[in-house]
This record gives sequence, structure tokens and C-alpha cells, in this order.
Amino acid sequence: METILSVVILILLIIAGIAIDRTNDLLVAIIVFSSFSFLMTILWLVLKAPDVALTEAAIGSGITTLLFLAVLSKTERKSL
Amino acid sequence: MDSLIVKTITRLLVPFIFLYGIFIISHGHVTPGGGFSGGAFIGGGLILYTIVFGAKQAEKLFPSSVAEWLESGGILFYIAVGLVGLITVDSFLTNIGAGFGIGTPGTLWSAGMIPILMITIGIKVASTFMTLFRGLLEEPR
Repeated sequence: METILSVVILILLIIAGIAIDRTNDLLVAIIVFSSFSFLMTILWLVLKAPDVALTEAAIGSGITTLLFLAVLSKTERKSL
Repeated sequence: MDSLIVKTITRLLVPFIFLYGIFIISHGHVTPGGGFSGGAFIGGGLILYTIVFGAKQAEKLFPSSVAEWLESGGILFYIAVGLVGLITVDSFLTNIGAGFGIGTPGTLWSAGMIPILMITIGIKVASTFMTLFRGLLEEPR
């Protein structure tokens, strides 16, 4: 059961990683990066590291996304 | 931000985010988590408050001068607590050697100086994230 869950999450992580690279919109890249961190949170829990999962949930999908959005709001939003 | 729904939900949610952060910090030595994670939760709640209610309202809740004092004073207090181990025994941040216990699971005040250090780290991390976000907001376009 845990192996299947890990494999599914890893495949989704690879898809998210490629999507961050391939997208043309910076806002979409930030949101997909946030979901990447959320998938990593679940993977840490499956790997029995709840300490790292807590930090990843707070830093990865919370603070980093907010800081990226703050920077993006200061720049002109233009697709690459 | 002008949305009434977002304002109402934020007003309801932010106290519980703070409460969860304080829980994570105060149980840092007996459960998963610790000062850094809990401080990040509190900092995230403060940033959410700033985004929704604006920088002026957030200045009333958590003034930037207080944030700077807590940020610098937190790490100085951490070093001061660490020096206790250096003075009483031989090495920096010694806990067991200085006569404190190693902590019993489920008991909150049981691990000597570690809870004090956790609270210090939590306060420092929360005010650091707030200062970071404020610095980014005040940056000219």
C-alpha cells in the first residue's frame, strides 16, 4: 500500500517538476511549485518523517509561495 | 484586499493558526515539530493578516520596531542560554551534563533548557518571516 502511494506521488512530483519548467506564465509556475511542495509533504509522511513534513508544509507550500507572490506583484507580470 | 468573504474567513482563521503554531512550539521537545516549524506557522499567519488587512493594520498588530527587537534579541537570548552549558560544564548548549533531564514523552516541562530554546527560536523565526515580507512589500516597484 505504501509502495503504491509512494510511486503515485513520485510520478505526480515528476509531472509537477516538468510542468514548472515548461509553463510560460510565472504565476502558474508559482502555484504548481506550491502543489509540488504539498506532494512532498505527503511523501515525507509516507517516509515516516513527520517533523520534516511539518516544516515542508509551513515553509514550502506556505512562506515560499507568499514570498514569490510578493516579488511577482512588484514586477510587471509578463509571460516569458 | 476588499473581499468581505476573505476578510471574514481570515479574521476567524488567524487566531487558530497562531494557536497551532504555539502548540507546535511548546510541544517541540516531546512531539514532531519544534521552534522552526511553529515559528513558520505563526509567521505565515502574520503574513496572511498583512496581505488581507493591509500593511497599516498589520503595523498595529505587530509593529516593525518590535519585530526587529525580537529578531535580534531572540538569537542573543539563545546564545546566552547556550553559554549556561559552557560555563557550568564544558561545552556549548549542554543539556544533560548541566543536570537537566532528557525529557519524558507526554510531559511538557521536562527537558531542561530545550523548551526555553524552542520558544526563543519560534519567536525569532516568526518575526524574521514578518520582517522579510515587510522588506519585500516596502521595496519600490
